Amino acid sequence: MKFGVVVFPGTWSDRDWGHVVKDVLGAELVYLWHKDRELYGVDCVVLPGGFSYGDYLRTGAIARFSPVMDSVASFAAQGGLVWGSCNGFQILCEAGLLPGALIRNQCLEFRCEWAHVRCDQPRTPYTWRLEREQVVRLPIAHGEGNYVADPETLQELERNGQVVFRYCDRHGRPTPEANPNGSMNNIAGIVNRRGNVLGMMPHPERCAEAELGGTDGLPLLRSVLGAATATLPPTPRSRLRGDPGR
Amino acid sequence: MIAMVVVVPKPVINDPQGTTVKQGLRALGFAEVADARVGKYIELALDTASPEEATHRVEKMCRQLLANQVIEDFRFELVPATPSSKLPGGPDDGSEAPA
Repeated sequence: MKFGVVVFPGTWSDRDWGHVVKDVLGAELVYLWHKDRELYGVDCVVLPGGFSYGDYLRTGAIARFSPVMDSVASFAAQGGLVWGSCNGFQILCEAGLLPGALIRNQCLEFRCEWAHVRCDQPRTPYTWRLEREQVVRLPIAHGEGNYVADPETLQELERNGQVVFRYCDRHGRPTPEANPNGSMNNIAGIVNRRGNVLGMMPHPERCAEAELGGTDGLPLLRSVLGAATATLPPTPRSRLRGDPGR
Repeated sequence: MIAMVVVVPKPVINDPQGTTVKQGLRALGFAEVADARVGKYIELALDTASPEEATHRVEKMCRQLLANQVIEDFRFELVPATPSSKLPGGPDDGSEAPA
């Protein structure tokens, strides 16, 4: 299993991802430089958090034109796993790989805190180790995480079960108080129709070790590990529980 | 020629910056401020002689990069470049371009 972590100028979470991929998951890691078109045969592309290109113009607006993004788009079109967190989610929306957009937090503040999110779609390669409506506690750190989409798009996302994570209270209730940024329908993460491209504002890579205050990011990371290797021996078929492929 | 491009959040998009500006102005006694929208102003110096061509190209620039049409609307005006309207940092400005 090989993860490719994309590095744009201004990316800040690439080393966090690299550490988790290599030292916690024990998977293979390659950093993908934004000027590089080569993906080196990775199984999953990670677009980490940060402020790519200083977030000039709009968050993710310039990163989208990087040479590497052409390759990422073709990779996604072939069904490859593309996982964007924080700035990565913003880039995926700007690139049109996910619908909608992320605007300034309703509160106008940068929110750096722990958030509870509920998994509303466990049938993805990223979440199949979670139960439906399972509540996990993940860190967020963003000023522009307020998810917006037109009513038709929002309806379609809900109807197709593309809303993967929703901000909620500790009991799993998606209340306005539990919404840190004003996102429509408390949306914290969505997948594309095919389920291979995930964008989420929280940072699973920052909560994969107990020393960092939580390990709720691990089931997500391990889901991807299992999903990509599920077809390869000697992984037992039982790991396919939950059908990670869809 | 100079293109003066204005990008604003779509009316249906909640604009927390605009709301805060409105509240600030009202707090200062400008009670007539019914609404405020905060957007961006972008000035482009164009090496284009034809206004038709410029309109066509700037429209394309707005759609491809300057505005995200999921959340923003754009409008622009073209004005002839005069010595006084030369942009700071432009090719004829004589000063060093910003980093």
